[in-house]
Amino acid sequence: MQYHYRVVRQFAVMTIVWGLVGMFVGVWIAAQMAWPVLNFDLPWTSFGRLRPLHTNAVIFAFGGSALIGSSYYVVQRTCETPLAFPRLAAFTFWGWTAAIVLAAISLPLGATTAKEYAELEWPINILIAVVWIAYAVVFFTTIARRRTSHIYVANWFYGAFILTIALLHVVNNLAIPVSMWKSYSVFSGTVDAMVQWWYGHNAVGFFLTAGFLAMMYYFVPVQAQRPIYSYRLSIVHFWALIAIYMWAGPHHLHYSSLPDWTQSLGMVFSIVLLAPSWGGMINGVMTLSGAWDKLRTDPIIRFMIVALAFYGMATFEGPMMSIKTVNALSHNTDWTVGHVHAGALGWVAMITMGCMYVLIPRIFNRRAMYSTGWIFAHFWLSTVGTVLYIASMWISGLMQGLMWRAVNTDGTLAYSFIQEMEYRFPYYVVRLIGGTIFFLGMVLMAWNVWKTLRETHDDQGADNVLMATDDADAARGGR
Amino acid sequence: MSQLWSVYIIVLVVLNLVGCAVLLFWNSRMSAEEAQRETTGHSFDGIEELNKPLPRWWLWLFVGTLLFSAAYLALYPGLGNYAGMLGWTSSGQWQKEVDFVDRQTAPLFAEYAKVPVEELVQYDEVLEVGARLYMQNCAMCHGADARGARGYPNLTDGAWQWGGSPEAIRVSISEGRRANMMAFGPMLGGEDGIVDMAWYVAALSRPELAERDGVAERIERAAPRFAMCTACHGAEGRGNPQFGAPDLTDGNWLYGGRIEDIAQTLRDGRFGHMPGHAGLLSPERIHVLTAYIFSLSLQDEDD
Repeated sequence: MQYHYRVVRQFAVMTIVWGLVGMFVGVWIAAQMAWPVLNFDLPWTSFGRLRPLHTNAVIFAFGGSALIGSSYYVVQRTCETPLAFPRLAAFTFWGWTAAIVLAAISLPLGATTAKEYAELEWPINILIAVVWIAYAVVFFTTIARRRTSHIYVANWFYGAFILTIALLHVVNNLAIPVSMWKSYSVFSGTVDAMVQWWYGHNAVGFFLTAGFLAMMYYFVPVQAQRPIYSYRLSIVHFWALIAIYMWAGPHHLHYSSLPDWTQSLGMVFSIVLLAPSWGGMINGVMTLSGAWDKLRTDPIIRFMIVALAFYGMATFEGPMMSIKTVNALSHNTDWTVGHVHAGALGWVAMITMGCMYVLIPRIFNRRAMYSTGWIFAHFWLSTVGTVLYIASMWISGLMQGLMWRAVNTDGTLAYSFIQEMEYRFPYYVVRLIGGTIFFLGMVLMAWNVWKTLRETHDDQGADNVLMATDDADAARGGR
Repeated sequence: MSQLWSVYIIVLVVLNLVGCAVLLFWNSRMSAEEAQRETTGHSFDGIEELNKPLPRWWLWLFVGTLLFSAAYLALYPGLGNYAGMLGWTSSGQWQKEVDFVDRQTAPLFAEYAKVPVEELVQYDEVLEVGARLYMQNCAMCHGADARGARGYPNLTDGAWQWGGSPEAIRVSISEGRRANMMAFGPMLGGEDGIVDMAWYVAALSRPELAERDGVAERIERAAPRFAMCTACHGAEGRGNPQFGAPDLTDGNWLYGGRIEDIAQTLRDGRFGHMPGHAGLLSPERIHVLTAYIFSLSLQDEDD
């Protein structure tokens, strides 16, 4: 049986490319926060335009390419059937990549809907919707043609991610175009805010959580060569997660003009979300149990276990921050930025890196990555970078929140906004250092991938090339 | 919200939470036969699944959050129109905090309110309170140093568009001000007439401009039309604080004193707006703020 790996290879390579681009822009705007002069006083490089470029590049270009690419690999392997409609799958690659390139051009030029994580204007949104529907057709048809009796749990998560993102993308981007590059949302006022954060939080829930849990559910057992810890746990946490996540959006709008009942429901369901979120972490970590010795020798397993640890941390922090009294302190501070990056760097990026280190040699007929030592180095760069980033933002955020609410005996605020802002400078520098270290790790990974694809020998001088896909599977003891 | 929507929300919320509880209950136990099997028997690309039960601590964590949500939704608003046993609202919480601060600070400001502004400016501790009120309410437009910006008056220079007496300052803060400089473009006879008048107005504070080439002629041409301006700015162009009409002779320019700036003012008009703060600050606080702003121009006179 011949699996279709071409589209997987394309997405895998672009994951690395977009990772470099997105993280570089992130480092740049982190530097602008410390030294605003680095916007060079040009509109195209101002913070307001580069920030959506950064978020779109890391979430949808880096993360999206990793998710779509890995799902095409996983769905074929776990359904034991070739990918349905390979030409349609090829279209999804070129369409998705075109949407990203259009984003990278239109955002610096200032075309924006001003909706966070949904800044792209209507022509690009239509392209994305078409690509996404094609993606759904390829994925679900492959599932329908499976030769296994059941659908593997990774595919449940990929499936939930594909269906929900289609719904979220279409509803939140409903807009009336007034010109080629400007449109206005069909929703207005508080309703618009609610729809935006229903979208925004579920982008976190279904893109950045469910999608990457799907990756985890395939690549962790494969790399650890251990069975999944609990089938029962995967059922329960899957259904609970997808049912509860949908409600959590209003916690982004605490103490706003959103009605009180909506805010309360957002908080309550965010707290209920803790256990379903942790279900995935438990299943991942416990799958590694019995293979703990591999942590000493296998840096890829380290990436996965640390990613799961950050996942557990971020999904505990999230429900906590959704509590109204905590949110009153944390809202609009750097704490939120730290929380997001605990998830984005610690979980999303590190699980992606771990999985790509497994996937890339397999789809390019290599025995292994060019250098295992570099993967170790990358692991430490990623971990140290993430810790510096989130610790600096925690401290800065708490300081901000406390300074904003400090009052004098005459009832006036103890600090003006500008006074508080001055105190943030050192933390912005530490964040920049953390981000730069993380980015250097990504550069090392790109170099490792380049060498893996170019060299026929690895850095031990051993032959690193397998003959053909089927032989490659046989050599690895697969089927 | 209508009763229908309220019921719709309640039903959805209860279904979701009860659904989670049912899901947990169903899966909390295994039959003896099932417990004997080590794996589910599936194999996907070599991946097998163990038949382990749900971890107990996780199960109880989940149950705990469900119990919390039931209790919270009984106490606080969340279930549609049901207000919750505590009667809590976010606006109520805000009002309570504001009232608390007002109660705490009322005696202090009541003391200050008894003293007239002219005397209040002698007390440094009062001016410090005023400075903090200024930083939080005024600095975003008038600047941290109160020197203003284009379109936002400088409060330290002793030039007052609406009058600089304590009473006039208090009214400016409390009620706000709306200035209205009409657009005179068409009435001045087109672009040439506008520029002529701009030179005329500029020369009111800088008579030496008339010595420049061609300027004297421009001033001469504009002079008869200046009658239109005198209604507000007065016969000598010294302004009138009653209308907020600025003194044109003092060399102080809110929207810039270059010929092109003055021409734009004449052509398109200006509509300055100082928002009223009576709804935001108590009269006693405005009293202290008035003293602080009054003190700023006093310092200027000392210089």
